[in-house]
Amino acid sequence: MTNEERILTDEMIAEIKAFFPRYPSLQAVTLPALHVVNKRLRHVPLQAVVEIAKLLELSPAQVQDTLTFYGFFKQDEPHGRVRAWVCRSMSCHLRGADELLEHMCEKAGVEPGGTTTDGALTLEFGECLGACEFAPCVLANETLHKCVTKEQADEFVESLE
Amino acid sequence: MAEFQPVLLANIDKDDSHTLRAYESFGGYAGLKRVFGEMSANDVKELVKGSGLRGRGGAGFPTGLKWTFLPKDYQGPIYFCCNADESEPGTFNNRILMEEDPHQVIEGLIISCFATASTTAYFYMRYEYPLAWKRMQAAIDECYEAGYLGKDILGSGYSLDLYLHRGAAAYICGEETGLIESLEGKRAWPRIKPPFPAVEGAFRKPTVVNNVETAACVKQIVDRGSDWFRSIGVQPDPDNPRDPGSFGPKLYCLSGHVEKPGCYEAPLGLTVNELIENYGGGVWKGRKAKAAIPGGISMGVLTADEFDCPLDFAGPGKYGCLGLGTGAVVVVDETVPMVDFLHNSCQFFEHESCGQCTPCREGTSWALKMVNRIKAGKGRLKDLDLLLEIADNIGIIPGTTICGLADGAAWPMKNAIRKFRDEFEEYLKRTNPNGYMETDPVPILEIIGAH
Ligand SMILES: Cc1cc2nc3c(=O)[nH]c(=O)nc-3n(C[C@H](O)[C@H](O)[C@H](O)COP(=O)(O)O)c2cc1C
Ligand code: SF4
Ligand code: FES
Repeated sequence: MTNEERILTDEMIAEIKAFFPRYPSLQAVTLPALHVVNKRLRHVPLQAVVEIAKLLELSPAQVQDTLTFYGFFKQDEPHGRVRAWVCRSMSCHLRGADELLEHMCEKAGVEPGGTTTDGALTLEFGECLGACEFAPCVLANETLHKCVTKEQADEFVESLE
Repeated sequence: MAEFQPVLLANIDKDDSHTLRAYESFGGYAGLKRVFGEMSANDVKELVKGSGLRGRGGAGFPTGLKWTFLPKDYQGPIYFCCNADESEPGTFNNRILMEEDPHQVIEGLIISCFATASTTAYFYMRYEYPLAWKRMQAAIDECYEAGYLGKDILGSGYSLDLYLHRGAAAYICGEETGLIESLEGKRAWPRIKPPFPAVEGAFRKPTVVNNVETAACVKQIVDRGSDWFRSIGVQPDPDNPRDPGSFGPKLYCLSGHVEKPGCYEAPLGLTVNELIENYGGGVWKGRKAKAAIPGGISMGVLTADEFDCPLDFAGPGKYGCLGLGTGAVVVVDETVPMVDFLHNSCQFFEHESCGQCTPCREGTSWALKMVNRIKAGKGRLKDLDLLLEIADNIGIIPGTTICGLADGAAWPMKNAIRKFRDEFEEYLKRTNPNGYMETDPVPILEIIGAH
């Protein structure tokens, strides 16, 4: 394989290999490896799966099997620069999460799960984010937005570029 | 008893409570030093066993007893997994411990690993906890630096490595064998038990899985003794020889329609009413409550008349609920139609079923379809019986599934429909006046032409 076709950079490979001593099996590095790639590429294309499998001495099907079990890793195209989960589980539901998700989707002009055309935002529903005391809440990349009102949601969507 | 003073949450509001420096200034890691100086692994096991500590992750299994199920004098590796997947709707106490007092959790873990002769521990954290992740990683780094983790800890001859492992947004990874499969890099399909993890767990080796709050309790027991722990909570029921009691403080999570949602520490056995009124500032907006989840959505639902239910391991069961679960109470006010409550619950479990067992996969998905139909004004009285038929037949308790997710899906259905049947019937009659009596199968297949 030439370097042009390769998806995993040397840096990613080094980061993945650093996990090897932690586990008694190479397969256990599957999730860490998927996270390494996903963090950089915002998705894990099939070619990356093949390369991860090679590193972990697995068949690509094994890695793909695990990947698809989690709805988390996109494969076809990257998620937005900001990926936001609007919690829809009970505590948030009771405090207006359904309306909030609908409102935010309308504001951003996407369906739940969709990405804005400028690639700034992917908006998804999430199940309980473990922040129920701040319902309704939204996790956007690493930031938890607490007790989100529609006005705050508008500001959040407008702040993205 | 003198007024209860928080222990697990005692330091969370102090400056830099998440740092090693602050933690040590509160006396942190003194217990660990005492363990290495004075106690054998067996002493710690006996101490924890004697305290009556029961796991805080949901199942309430006695922690010391679980540890003794490990094979004796085992020569190979024993693994320890700390369960920080915390995804049960309504639950966030693990997050608060990890964000605000990560060293308390780590000290408890080191002691637990020492007691169980584990030398490698994996800390499985759900993906959606970025701050907890950073704080735990920083705390672990501090521990390696200070010699609390790594080789020959504090000159004791005991070595331990602790690694964070990040999940990928799946509730089922909280089930202990789902967690193990996920850790091994596979789909998180729970395993058939036995063998239990203590015999054959991670990487097919003996493994202990304990919750974050359980680890924090272990630290407190080492510091304060098992008599102290047993002086808090609920004594065993003298009429039930199999009841081990509910000892110790508990981190209750309160959310939904209350004035002051939050995580509150109180002795096990606090009632739902006391939690709402004394801690939560009452039901919000001066409204009345209609219902409450007693311990995470899987545990079912209490009516407002049942709020004298004590939140100990035996309490919610006496009110027809599944159990104490995670001790997460979600209050539902009088304006909420129970159909909406049921819908939200069914939606969650349909989404989170791992799909391995047919009764769970199909049961949760048909239940959601039926509740969707009810919400669309096409519901029939018969649907309530069909939903109950599903609920009564999926789960470990009826013996049809591999793990307890299905029992958790079933309980809110059973409780909501049986305890609020009048409201459901009224809803069906009102929204489907011409069809609510129908009993024929719904001709959906013909409508969509899918013979
Ligand atoms: C569907 C399901 C989800 C679970 N999720 C969690 C969880 O997120 N965290 C947890 O500690 N235990 C969870 N449990 C319970 C674990 O299987 C296990 O009993 C627990 O981690 C043991 O730790 P403990 O004895 O300290 O409570 C879950 C169980 C089931 C059936
Ligand atoms: S009961 Fe449900 S979640 Fe549990 S293993 Fe079976 S299908 Fe998966
Ligand atoms: S229900 Fe939304 S964070 Fe828990």
